[in-house]
Amino acid sequence: MMTKTPIRMIDLIGNTPLIDLARISAEVPGVRLAAKGEFFNPSGSVKDRAARAMILGGIESGELSKGTTIIDATSGSTGISYAMIGAALAFPVKLYLPANASAGRKEIIKNYGAEIVETSPLEGSDGAYTAAREEARAHPELYFYPDQYNNPANPKAHYDTTGVEIWDQSGGMVTHFITGMGTSGTLMGVSKRLKHFNPEIRIKAVQPNSPFHGIEGTKHMDSTIKPGIYDESAADGVITVTTEAAYEMTRRLAREEGIFAGVSSGANVAAALSYAKTLPEGALVVTILCDQGTRYLSEHFWESAK
Amino acid sequence: MSVTFHIPTALRAFTDGKREVTAEGSTVGEALSNFAASYPDIRPHLYEDGGELRSFINVFLGDTNVKNLDGLSTPLRGGEVITLVPAIAGGAS
Ligand SMILES: Cc1ncc(COP(=O)(O)O)c(C=O)c1O
Repeated sequence: MMTKTPIRMIDLIGNTPLIDLARISAEVPGVRLAAKGEFFNPSGSVKDRAARAMILGGIESGELSKGTTIIDATSGSTGISYAMIGAALAFPVKLYLPANASAGRKEIIKNYGAEIVETSPLEGSDGAYTAAREEARAHPELYFYPDQYNNPANPKAHYDTTGVEIWDQSGGMVTHFITGMGTSGTLMGVSKRLKHFNPEIRIKAVQPNSPFHGIEGTKHMDSTIKPGIYDESAADGVITVTTEAAYEMTRRLAREEGIFAGVSSGANVAAALSYAKTLPEGALVVTILCDQGTRYLSEHFWESAK
Repeated sequence: MSVTFHIPTALRAFTDGKREVTAEGSTVGEALSNFAASYPDIRPHLYEDGGELRSFINVFLGDTNVKNLDGLSTPLRGGEVITLVPAIAGGAS
């Protein structure tokens, strides 16, 4: 049946399900784990929320208008979101990515019609960030530069949507929230909103255990440029996770929960599970399944028998 | 055989901030292990407890991933550049 008004792609962003991780929760009797299925967003990741908010903000302020190119640095997910929304709203998109961003992501971005500039794989996300900022500053007349690491519209998107959804979908029962950080937009926005609903809710940030890691989209805060939107005090502490544990949980999500998600989702659930083991009965731990596993098909960790 | 390692920013904290480090070895694996031996703090970031190279690390000899050569047994002629890149990327490219 046709709905009366056909919907726009950007209206499909958000309102993702809160998924019960029943089989993984079984390891911690009395505690429940649940996760936002952000891969249900139209471009396949949580970053659709922030990208939409920043782009609509640019249109509203007049900084983004016909003929202006959207430019930013990204590890890939935000780039895919910009590319999708740029295509739908008819804005050209130019993205700076570390050359070691997964091949799958680069293909998706190109297929949406966006342009990619690759930066040194040695410099990671900081290299992409510095290069995009330099180009945006050199030619301000050509570009709208959302600057996702420093744009308050990024955490606000999560304050306005993700945080409210988690509260509503858990019937106000959420007791703990935990997630990793790229720009930190998700953690900043959701934690602020949840604490506003109930100051007793505990918040943990997930961090890779080493500055040298393979958890795509995730930043090791102590060794990299800190995002302007990041406030360390928003979390009540940090849970660290190894790349190997993230890989293993990514495989478990597929095989035990039927959830085909990316590596940062695996890191989040691995950290949520180890945190859950320290919590009293009755706790409801919520985390984020950031993106789809199909973006990582070229990676070898799926094959491991471990 | 002496080769040059290009050090990613994420690992420079363990190489006294150096961007390039030279090491000796007749294979990629040997040079890597000699490199790690000269900066012991780097070891847990590169190797698993059992001594295997961590699975997410791609080793490039020049522009080629050693996975597409003979892996860590790939012989060195001397003078090559070796780069360690986290396999946030798909590995082969
Ligand atoms: C795959 C993936 N997971 C998680 C995140 C983290 O999201 P945020 O930027 O809101 O901290 C990102 C962000 O870039 C990402 O690309």
